[in-house]
Amino acid sequence: MTLLEIKDLTQLFSGLCAVSELNLSLGESELIGLIGPNGAGKTTVFNLASGFYQPTHGEIIFQGRNLAGLKPHQVSALGIARTFQNIRLWKEMSVLDNILVAQHFQLGYGLGGLFFRTPRYLKRERDIRHKALELLEIFKIDKFADEKPGNLPYGMQRKVEIVRALSSGPKLLLLDEPAAGLQSTDVTELITLIQWVYDQFNLSIWMIEHQMKVVMSLCSRIAVIDFGRLIASGTPSEIQNSPEVIKAYLGDDQL
Amino acid sequence: MKRFSVPILLVVLLTTLMGLAWFEVIDLYIQTIVLFMGINIITSTSLNLVNGNMGEFSCGHAGFIAVGAYVSSILSVALFTKSRAFGAPLLPPELAAYGFPLVLIIGGLAAALTGLLVALPSFRTRDDYLAIITIAANYIIISTIINIDTIGGARGFMGMKRVIFAMEKCAEIPWMILWVFIFMVISVIIIRRYMSSTYGKGVEAIRQDEVAAEIMSVNTNRIKLVTFMISSGLAGVAGGLYAHTVGYVNPKSFDLLKSTEALVMVYLGGMGSISGSIIAAVVFTLMLELLRPLQIIKWVAIPLLLIIIMQFRPEGIMGHRELSDIFPRLKKFYKFK
Repeated sequence: MTLLEIKDLTQLFSGLCAVSELNLSLGESELIGLIGPNGAGKTTVFNLASGFYQPTHGEIIFQGRNLAGLKPHQVSALGIARTFQNIRLWKEMSVLDNILVAQHFQLGYGLGGLFFRTPRYLKRERDIRHKALELLEIFKIDKFADEKPGNLPYGMQRKVEIVRALSSGPKLLLLDEPAAGLQSTDVTELITLIQWVYDQFNLSIWMIEHQMKVVMSLCSRIAVIDFGRLIASGTPSEIQNSPEVIKAYLGDDQL
Repeated sequence: MKRFSVPILLVVLLTTLMGLAWFEVIDLYIQTIVLFMGINIITSTSLNLVNGNMGEFSCGHAGFIAVGAYVSSILSVALFTKSRAFGAPLLPPELAAYGFPLVLIIGGLAAALTGLLVALPSFRTRDDYLAIITIAANYIIISTIINIDTIGGARGFMGMKRVIFAMEKCAEIPWMILWVFIFMVISVIIIRRYMSSTYGKGVEAIRQDEVAAEIMSVNTNRIKLVTFMISSGLAGVAGGLYAHTVGYVNPKSFDLLKSTEALVMVYLGGMGSISGSIIAAVVFTLMLELLRPLQIIKWVAIPLLLIIIMQFRPEGIMGHRELSDIFPRLKKFYKFK
């Protein structure tokens, strides 16, 4: 069963072709990787998939629904959550509030309920809060609930960002370079964390990652893009030996 | 006990003020200053919602105050008093005491609608551009009022004192103190409830990282419109109260200078802090009165004050914190949500 299907996806930035005729599909409960040299267009693909850009050509179909014309907040309500390359937590809000705000798509009350504190409003707020605290507990970061993310170590901020993305109960989790800027011990921890999330939550994960250790140990399938074009796709060992990939990363040996 | 301490305090404060006014312990001048404090609290807390919490830069708050002031004044004068502009009262003047809050709310709704009209095109921009657009909106509103002759044009509009007299026929109590107090409390409660809800926390998220907010399922466009409408609507209520306190409105009194006053209060109090805005409104109103002998030089002193604040304490008196964050022990005595 395909979860996400990308057909002939092309994105032009006033003449610059960031993504070109990309075809890719992602099944349910799959963990796949997206790699490529710097500037290959990986993050652009994620920005397209999360609705941040509207594709120039082609379509993105998520659970049988075309994402064309949807705003990012609508896409996230459908069940695509993501993290960012450079952590984008709301730094002046507590960790708990960060999780709460990500529930915006399922608040279930209106402004009238809010101002008059109707039973429904109070119940929804209590439920949302309860769920958020539960999630923090599962990830053993409930002791930081009232802490500002800016005061936490970098690795912990990464974790909070992943928890925030998970809190909306997504079907697809996009991780944009989760290991960027982490120390090697933290990277090992991150690998365990992602594997654990993948096993526990019923979802697919698609990640961009430069550190081969992460991609090779987690992903069942890897897609490689260069200059916005898909150049190879297959299992980690196939990718490692693919001449196309080696050429993209290391260059041609013929001058 | 904790739950009731704030309501009890407010009731005591209101009855004291009304008693003092009733027994003429405080004269009309001091009463007016107290009323201005209440009105300025509504002005500053409502502007704080947009400039402090949402991080946009709205410079045209006085425009919305003007809309509220004019709409509610025209309505109350037409409905409850005999006037040259509108003839005999449309409703029996005895109803003034009950009709007045409704008139104020209609003024607020009109201002909120104006806010929506301003926000719809201008929230495509940010920062400096939004500031310029809101200044322009402020002047468009004033020019519109100046060019409508039925409501006095540049000469201003009066007759609101007669509405107060009509209310006093009903019961001889200091009505304005009552209404300003009630609407001030309601405004602060509205803002507090809005900002403490998960919905309202989306506003903070927009200020800190709008892209992340949109991607984490916050409908940023809508929430920005709603917030701006709440802010301008409350400004409209403040305008209605102002018009009926002074008894006379003039388009000139809602120009950029008035908007600047609101901005000074927000920055003095501290961005995003409700208690800061309240303290700043009280301090600022007092300061305006103390500096009154300086006349126009007052407007050298106040901007100078703003510069000094920005230099030495850019976060304002409270700086994104509430009173209960600075004195955690206060939490034992009250609960205000």
